[in-house]
Amino acid sequence: MASGIKDKVVILGMGCSKFGERWDSSPSDLMVEAFEECLADAGVERNQIEAAWFGAGIDAFNVGSSAMPLSIALRLNYIPVTKVENMCATGTEAFRGAVYAVASGACDIALALGVEKLKDTGYGGLPQRSRGVENDMYWPNLSAPGAFAQLASGYRAKHKVNKDDLKRAMAHVSVKSHANGAKNPKAHLQREITEEQAINAPFIAEPIGLFDCCGVSDGSACAIVTTPEIAKSLGKENLVAVKALQLAVSNGTESSHASWDGSYLKTTRIASQRAYDEAGIRKPKDEITMTEVHDCFSITELVTMEDLQLTEEGAGVKDVLDGTFDAEGSNPCQIDGGLKCFGHPIGASGLRMLYESYLQLQGRAGARQLSDPKMGLNHNLGGFPHQNICSISIVGPYG
Amino acid sequence: MKGITSYGVYLPRLRLGKQAMAEANAWFDASLKGLAKGERSICNWDEDTITMAVEATTDCLSALTEANVSSLKLASTTLPFLDRQNSVVIAEALSLDRTISTMDFSASQRAATSALINCLESNRNGNQLLVASEHRRTKAGSRAEMLWGDAAAAVAIGDDDVIAQCLSVATHAVDFIDHYRGDGADFDYDWEERWIRDEGFMKIVPAVVESVLDDAGVAAADIKHFILPTDQARAPAALAKRLGINAEAIVENQIASVGVAGAAQPLLLLAKALESALAGDTILLLGFGQGCDAILLRATDKLAQCKPRLGLSAALMRRREEINYNKFLSFNNLVERDIGKRGEADKQTYLSGYNRRKDLLTSFLGGKCRECGTVQIPREKYCVNPECNALDSQDVYSFASQQGTVLTWTADRLTFDWSPPAYFGMVEFDGGGKLMMDFTEVEEGSIDSGSRVSVHFRIRQFDPRRGFRKYFWKAIVED
Repeated sequence: MASGIKDKVVILGMGCSKFGERWDSSPSDLMVEAFEECLADAGVERNQIEAAWFGAGIDAFNVGSSAMPLSIALRLNYIPVTKVENMCATGTEAFRGAVYAVASGACDIALALGVEKLKDTGYGGLPQRSRGVENDMYWPNLSAPGAFAQLASGYRAKHKVNKDDLKRAMAHVSVKSHANGAKNPKAHLQREITEEQAINAPFIAEPIGLFDCCGVSDGSACAIVTTPEIAKSLGKENLVAVKALQLAVSNGTESSHASWDGSYLKTTRIASQRAYDEAGIRKPKDEITMTEVHDCFSITELVTMEDLQLTEEGAGVKDVLDGTFDAEGSNPCQIDGGLKCFGHPIGASGLRMLYESYLQLQGRAGARQLSDPKMGLNHNLGGFPHQNICSISIVGPYG
Repeated sequence: MKGITSYGVYLPRLRLGKQAMAEANAWFDASLKGLAKGERSICNWDEDTITMAVEATTDCLSALTEANVSSLKLASTTLPFLDRQNSVVIAEALSLDRTISTMDFSASQRAATSALINCLESNRNGNQLLVASEHRRTKAGSRAEMLWGDAAAAVAIGDDDVIAQCLSVATHAVDFIDHYRGDGADFDYDWEERWIRDEGFMKIVPAVVESVLDDAGVAAADIKHFILPTDQARAPAALAKRLGINAEAIVENQIASVGVAGAAQPLLLLAKALESALAGDTILLLGFGQGCDAILLRATDKLAQCKPRLGLSAALMRRREEINYNKFLSFNNLVERDIGKRGEADKQTYLSGYNRRKDLLTSFLGGKCRECGTVQIPREKYCVNPECNALDSQDVYSFASQQGTVLTWTADRLTFDWSPPAYFGMVEFDGGGKLMMDFTEVEEGSIDSGSRVSVHFRIRQFDPRRGFRKYFWKAIVED
């Protein structure tokens, strides 16, 4: 019987670049920016890193294929480097590779780095790209907001929610993230907005309006991981340990079988339950004290709160409007601004979430520091509601 | 001789107001105002000769108790492919048996009537399907643009359950060049209307009509439905008078409601005549172009039982008013529109991959699991039912005539679409199975979870760089 990843690996150091429209920065520049911070935080030398995992989501508009871009940018010492790509779960996938390598004993110190350079397309939104030769022949030309707007209509139909009430709750999600992002100097968007602004913004894909969408950003984030023993031997205190790492990947049931009604994210429910089991969490609502979830769109965050069991199914609208997930609420979500305002360089996002959880747990989050965070959950969702990849990482104090 | 056993039509839902067309162009040609009565049918961006033909043939098949199809012919002067038999695409969209005979008839306004004569004179058994479909491009601000329309009509020809018996046929071949479209030309070039009437219609048609009437021993005065496809408003009356045909018999060319549908016009007007004809009525159908075809038919007592699902009257009623002339220009590629960078993505079709998925893409076939009964689309190797997942367990299952319900949807304004916003969503089919599909013909505010939809063959994508267009299926919200 597998024992899981809980407390086998700790974070030695982390780094994160400024996210945003980094017109003058190449992917290499972004990688180095995150890596330099991470190395200094970890207190190790480049040559102590024995293996690396490199995450980048959209090759065609980014760094190109293979692991070489990382090795070249960081001048790594001919160590094994693996490229991973799993849509928006890419960053967490890179982290999973490094953590598993350390846990297996294959190496003592491993690096995970994610990067994305999205602002070289010449237009707003995510880059237009192929979904595969065969899929391109019959899938609708769905944009990301178009795909996630489906979730809003499915949720509204299932729970018989009034259009205006749902839109107001979605607006609240974004207003909250903007308020949080305003306190984060590395965030892409650092300006507060009002509920009226969010509600009255033009539709991108009904009912998703401009302020329901996350930022499309350039950025990079990375982590160096090791065993608790090595971290202690290096004099580290307040160790942040990995409690769970899970992934659930759609197998076509949601898109082709009647058992899914379009109102929730099946993968999130499966991956989060597995993660709670792995971390030994029985009452998520009480034990998870902060979340960084995949708020690509406000509706995704609202539904995800239910799928993570942080509120009852169908109670998302009420709990969001009651402020449960606001900075002062009982279960703050996206305290760093989230994808919404910190930004969403796809390959970096999972590591950016971990970066915030790590800072919060170490009490180093500055103006946005939560009073007593105990366990942080990070959630990514790659793809579309009807076909996606969900990754969950849970981190907390070692031991 | 054989006779007509069924008929069907298709008119695009979009009808462009002629007032709007004239207003946009009268600054250049004030005479267009004189043609600004009513409206004309226009293809949506995803409709063409092939997709309209699939609809019209489906309508024709709906009125046959036993299809028993032995051939499919397509008549059109606007074939999307010059070398890729267009009728075969239609046959596969309709999942017709691959052993049937297929053929494209083109290069003349009488392509459909010549093909009809060919069918009537054939000794082939079973029902021969003939569909005529036309989507003509016209110069902006032209009279043709005001007078023409896009449409398709189909008939079945056979020996059993004949609704209109053929009495006689005649053809005269005369290279009278009222208009022409040369190789590589985008548009027709025509000559003066009065000359066409006097030297063309009035000199070529009478001899053919006399011949067909003589053969059958029918008097001109006994003709109850006289069909002369033309965009010349006065020509049918002038000819009827010359031939001794009663003015009441003239089947009006629908210039102010549909527009003249080129090579599809003879069959469209035949469908119109059949909708109102009584048993025993004589119908004279003409096709004019490089000579003239004449087909004399007599309605039988079976006609009353022939009820296509749509039919012309219902097709005329099923309309969406459009007053944006720019949209028409854009849909017909008559203006170079800034489509945005998202529209620049290369649309190459990988023909080997397309061929592998042809069951899904052209015929809209999915699967039904023999082990658990789950209906699914696309049909993959393993059954999608999580309780089953059997390997290679699915029989072919057609979704082409399925109806369904919208589960989720949106109107996407970010993604590229020729007619934004792009409506799409998850459709749950009544017989089982579900698929994320494009919706078209959506009126704002008319769609929500629970809306009822039917599915239709459509253009999925153009690849202008390589002259290819890709077809798939879409959902349309039912009225």
